[in-house]
Formats: sequence, C-alpha cells, structure tokens
Amino acid sequence: MNFNDNKAIYLQIAEWVFEQILNGNWKEGDRIMSVRELGTLLVVNPNTILRSYDFLQKLEVIVNRRGVGYFVAPDATDKIISHRRKQFVEEEVPAFFKTMKLVRMSWEELAELYKES
Amino acid sequence: MIQLQNINFSYHKGRTIFDDLSLSLEGGHIYGLFGKNGAGKTTLLKIIAGLRFPKSGSSTTLGQRAALRKAEMLKNLYFLQEEVYVPAISIRDYVKCYAPFYENFDNEQFEEYLHLFEITSMDDKLTALSHGQRKKVIISFALATNTKILLMDEPTNGLDIPSKGIFRKIMTMAANEDRLILISTHQVRDLHCLIDAVVILDNGHILLNASADDITDKLCFKITDDTGTDEPILYCEENLRGNLLVTENIHHIETKLDIELLFNAVMLNKERINELFNAKN
Repeated sequence: MNFNDNKAIYLQIAEWVFEQILNGNWKEGDRIMSVRELGTLLVVNPNTILRSYDFLQKLEVIVNRRGVGYFVAPDATDKIISHRRKQFVEEEVPAFFKTMKLVRMSWEELAELYKES
Repeated sequence: MIQLQNINFSYHKGRTIFDDLSLSLEGGHIYGLFGKNGAGKTTLLKIIAGLRFPKSGSSTTLGQRAALRKAEMLKNLYFLQEEVYVPAISIRDYVKCYAPFYENFDNEQFEEYLHLFEITSMDDKLTALSHGQRKKVIISFALATNTKILLMDEPTNGLDIPSKGIFRKIMTMAANEDRLILISTHQVRDLHCLIDAVVILDNGHILLNASADDITDKLCFKITDDTGTDEPILYCEENLRGNLLVTENIHHIETKLDIELLFNAVMLNKERINELFNAKN
C-alpha cells in the first residue's frame, strides 16, 4: 500500500477499510482480517493496525467479538457516510470555498459543473 | 525486557562511547535504533546481548545481568550481526546444529521465510551463497527462533531491492505482542511503516526514546507551500513539492512520522526535544 505524505498512517488504513466496505469487498456482518493478517497484507506494524481498528470501533464501523475476531458492523455503510460527511463539511468544504473565492468562481458556474458531472 | 542503567563504556584508550546512558525497552514493539556513524549503536546492541561489558552501570536483559550470559537469557535472545558468520555446511545442517539452542524454533516458519526470499534448496552450502543470500538465510533463521528479544544490526545491508520489500513483509509476520525487536540501521526507508518506536543515540546518551504515536502527538510532519505557520518550526527542508516541515504539534493534527525528518529535527533541537519528550508530567 502506498501512503501519502501528510496523513497519519492509521487514518489512511481506516480510509482503506471504508473503501473496502463501501465498494462491497467487505460486506456488513462479515468477519474481517485479523490485526496480524492485515498488518502482513499492508506491510504495516500490527500496533498501527490495532490503532486503526480501535478508531473504526469508536466510529462503530467494525465490532470486536472477543475471542472470535472483528466484524463489519450491520449498519457500517451509514456510519461511514455520516463520518465522511462530517469530515467533508469540516475539512474539505472550507478549503474548496477558499479556492472558489481565489479563482473567482460563482455559484452558477459551480452548479453547471455539478450538473455536468 | 531490556534495562540499561547509568552505563559508562569506552574501548581501550579510546574516547568515551557511553556516558551515564540509561534506556528501558518493552516487549510488543519494533524499535528503530538510530544514530550517526560511530555513535555506538552496535556497541549498545553488544552490551544488551552480553558481548561487551560496561565499565559501570547495570545492563539487565530478560531479568538477568547480561554479562553473565545465562542460558535462560541466551535461548531467548537472538543477535543478528551486520556481518553474518556462516560455517561451510548446508542450510539443512545449519538448522540441525543451531536450532536446538532455541526451544521455540519453528521449522515451518523458517521454510516459509526462505520460500518468500526465494531460497529453494536446503542442500546448498552456506559458504557457496552470495553475501545477500547468506543474509536472507540468517534473517529467516533469526525470526524463526521466536526468541523474546531480537536484535538486528543493519539487517537490510546487502539485500537487493525486491528482498527489502520481502524483509518488511516477513518482519510484520514475525512481530507479535510479546516480542521485542530492536533494529539498528541507517536505511530508514527500509523500516517504513515497520517500526512503532524510535530510539536515537547521540554523543553517549539516549536523546530520544518514544513511541511513534507519542512522536506524532507532539510533532507535526508536513509538506506545505504555506510559509506562515504559528507552530514553532524545528526543522525545514526545501523540496520540489514545497517545504518539508517538522513543527511542534500545538493544534493536535495527526500526521505521518517521517524518520529522516525526525532525526534531523532532533539533531538540531536537542534541548527542546528533551523538554518535549523527557519532561516529567
């Protein structure tokens, strides 16, 4: 896995998990890879994977059944979307608006682009 | 699992290598040990392994005085030296000879690691192999011993480019929640995403011993075109994509640890780093 330069690796791994769930590779209710298996797959220290899994548990995207393993939560997709929405509004939108103002783009122009996309 | 207290060490008539050095390392981590040439990284590993004796201070490994080299300690410690020694026997005979010293040696694991390194014949004489091939065999052996402590001195020196990737993969397979792995190296890229704690040795002392989480909690690593930042800058390096910065993390932003930038930042700001990381809360 290639990591980009700025963001903490455990967060990048969490995003990779979001993708696996949103695109259906990992289905809701399914058992997922163990910390060690994912560590070997992504070639990342197992403690970093553990931190990603803790983070995903707090978001209620995955659940840990003690002694059995980690599973995709039944409503994981909704949880991911609400988390990503929050992130989009708080982090990405302000930067987007800033650039819009910088290049003097109007709402109407943007709406056109949105319709075309 | 490893305790060094107030260690003083120098070679005969030589300059002081360690001056009142203390260090404590725990299981369940892969530590990266960094320092400039001649800082004493290899000597430090040798003291932990009981191969060098400090002039004063105590070196305790797995609860035993390291210098006593008790069997209880030696069977739970593997020290992979930079230049690996191999006798003129086959891989198969090497295992027969040396594996019995390690009660948790796992032959299946050994063969799996060899397979990943693409070493196919167990009947080849070790001395007939190239330097890199020998190193792959001994790395595989070292990991398969399943000792509680694994010390590695420049393990990736001599490995070709694809083997470095395989090395990282094998390391993630061998790491577990009990094992203490300490890797000394200058090849920081080879440890990318592998280590979860950093030890920096400088001028006879431990300048930094912190987990990667602790480091990214206190410091920010970023690329930016923005020159204006209100965070105290510890290190800056120009790059095509902008400025590579290490700053104090006053806004609690979580970034990715860059070992090379960290090392340079630490070397330039020894006192501030000491305040940030070693202050008793």
